[in-house]
Amino acid sequence: MAERSPGTRRTLWLVLTLVFAFLYIPIAVLVALSFNQGGLPTVWSGFSLKWYASLAGNAAILSAALNTLIVALVSTAIATLLGTLLAIGVEMRRQYGSGLEALIFAPMIIPDIVLAVALLSFFSMLDFTLGLHTIILAHVVFNLAFVCSVVRARLKSFDWSIVEASADLGASALTTFRRVTLPVILPAVVAGALLAFTLSVDEFIIAFFTAGAGRASTTLPMQIYSMIRFGITPEINALATIVMAVSITALTLSQRLNRGVIGQ
Amino acid sequence: MRSFTPSRSSLLMAPALAWLTALMVVPCALVLALAFFRRGIYGGIEYSFTLENFGLVLDPLYAGIFLNSARIAGTATLIAVVIGYAAAYAIAAAPRRWQPVFLFFAVLPFWSNYLIRTYAWIVLLNREGLITQLLRWFGYTGEPPSMLYTEGAVIAGLVYNYLPFVILACYAPLSRLNPELAEASRDLGASTMTTFRRVILPLTVPGIAAGAVFVFVLSIGNFVTPALLGGGRFQMIGNLVYDQFLTANDWPFGAALAMALIAIMLLVLMAQALAADRAAGRTAEAKAAADG
Repeated sequence: MAERSPGTRRTLWLVLTLVFAFLYIPIAVLVALSFNQGGLPTVWSGFSLKWYASLAGNAAILSAALNTLIVALVSTAIATLLGTLLAIGVEMRRQYGSGLEALIFAPMIIPDIVLAVALLSFFSMLDFTLGLHTIILAHVVFNLAFVCSVVRARLKSFDWSIVEASADLGASALTTFRRVTLPVILPAVVAGALLAFTLSVDEFIIAFFTAGAGRASTTLPMQIYSMIRFGITPEINALATIVMAVSITALTLSQRLNRGVIGQ
Repeated sequence: MRSFTPSRSSLLMAPALAWLTALMVVPCALVLALAFFRRGIYGGIEYSFTLENFGLVLDPLYAGIFLNSARIAGTATLIAVVIGYAAAYAIAAAPRRWQPVFLFFAVLPFWSNYLIRTYAWIVLLNREGLITQLLRWFGYTGEPPSMLYTEGAVIAGLVYNYLPFVILACYAPLSRLNPELAEASRDLGASTMTTFRRVILPLTVPGIAAGAVFVFVLSIGNFVTPALLGGGRFQMIGNLVYDQFLTANDWPFGAALAMALIAIMLLVLMAQALAADRAAGRTAEAKAAADG
């Protein structure tokens, strides 16, 4: 951009400082309070790790964390497989029907609450017993769309003639996929999987509607929601800090593997 | 390309498309159908055709909630776009090598848990929260201000949660902007403000539109933010849908509300597509003018 006067430059730095303060102060306060000794969730009274220790002894939170891990791992595995195949199928045919595009795009834009009530109606009409398995079925829907979009971005610059060359040299379709296509798209596949994992770990509304009643299928976001709703304990600050650390690590890894794709 | 027969790509796409059909298309069609049935006397569904549910959506009581949601979502969108555009502009004006770093840190909060980001605002806004303590520190001695459970709190939460996306959407066209255009405008005697209003802003409309649509659509269908920061006092459409399905047990009406939400979303997306088309036309004109 063109030369700017010192005044303009100062204004621009001020804007950046204010925006980053706005974005990070709420999170920073939360993290700081998770190390707060006192019982009050908002008043500082000395450094302590006791809320982290008490998390480790909270059976409800541990079982919710385990449920979340199961849901996230299984739905990510299925979504990564289906989403990658979908991306390859769409990109190899290179004629994008708008109906097909809409179908793939829809899970990313449809309001959570709508998909949630739709799945609840669907499962109850079929007399499905709700539980972790129904959450997994639901999470694969949006996860596969996100995996697909990350892998497709990578395939846009893929030279399909090398696949043809491999076939001409006598390689089977499977060998070609394993030795030619997969190595090229692998960073995007891993990035997509990490993204899906994070989305699934964080997803609340759809899980809430498709989990059914009872503790057995409570996930971590559902646990966090009820902790916020019904009596805030300082434990939640510690839990929030851990959950944020996990998702931010996963996303940073994903971003590094696949520079720029996630933002698009 | 002879080796890529349509049948092979269909085979690859089939499992995912089947999954989406069975667990998204069919359930959504089911909800659409549900909206045309009657509510049973003891809850449940009575399978006789009616348009009453859509009539009820237009009832002043519920239409009011729709307008309320639109107003809250609209205000949040406006604020997010103004702050987000300013931030994106500042990032695009920063030294080249710093831009990706700033952008990364602007988007990072977006990838932490939504509930937790919303909860962080409860910590800030509650009666003994950080803001009250800051006020006290500055010598304020009166009653703690009530900021939580207000419309302002809901709007703040929405802006906070969706701001990173606006920054991202506005940064893309701003960083691609040809600096010579602004220079030419200045050389021709336009003030900084005129250059911004007549040259920079029109060229970055697609980014603004994409960001605005995203914030508006996610805000108007939001359930968590009004429930937590509005304390149940500020109902939005999402909360209304939730209530019909989980507490009032009137699924057909809940279904009609959900469909109304989808209709609003589609309208907004169509308006965006239209705006994008217009902006593309303007960009082409500007290019032609610059080349000629």
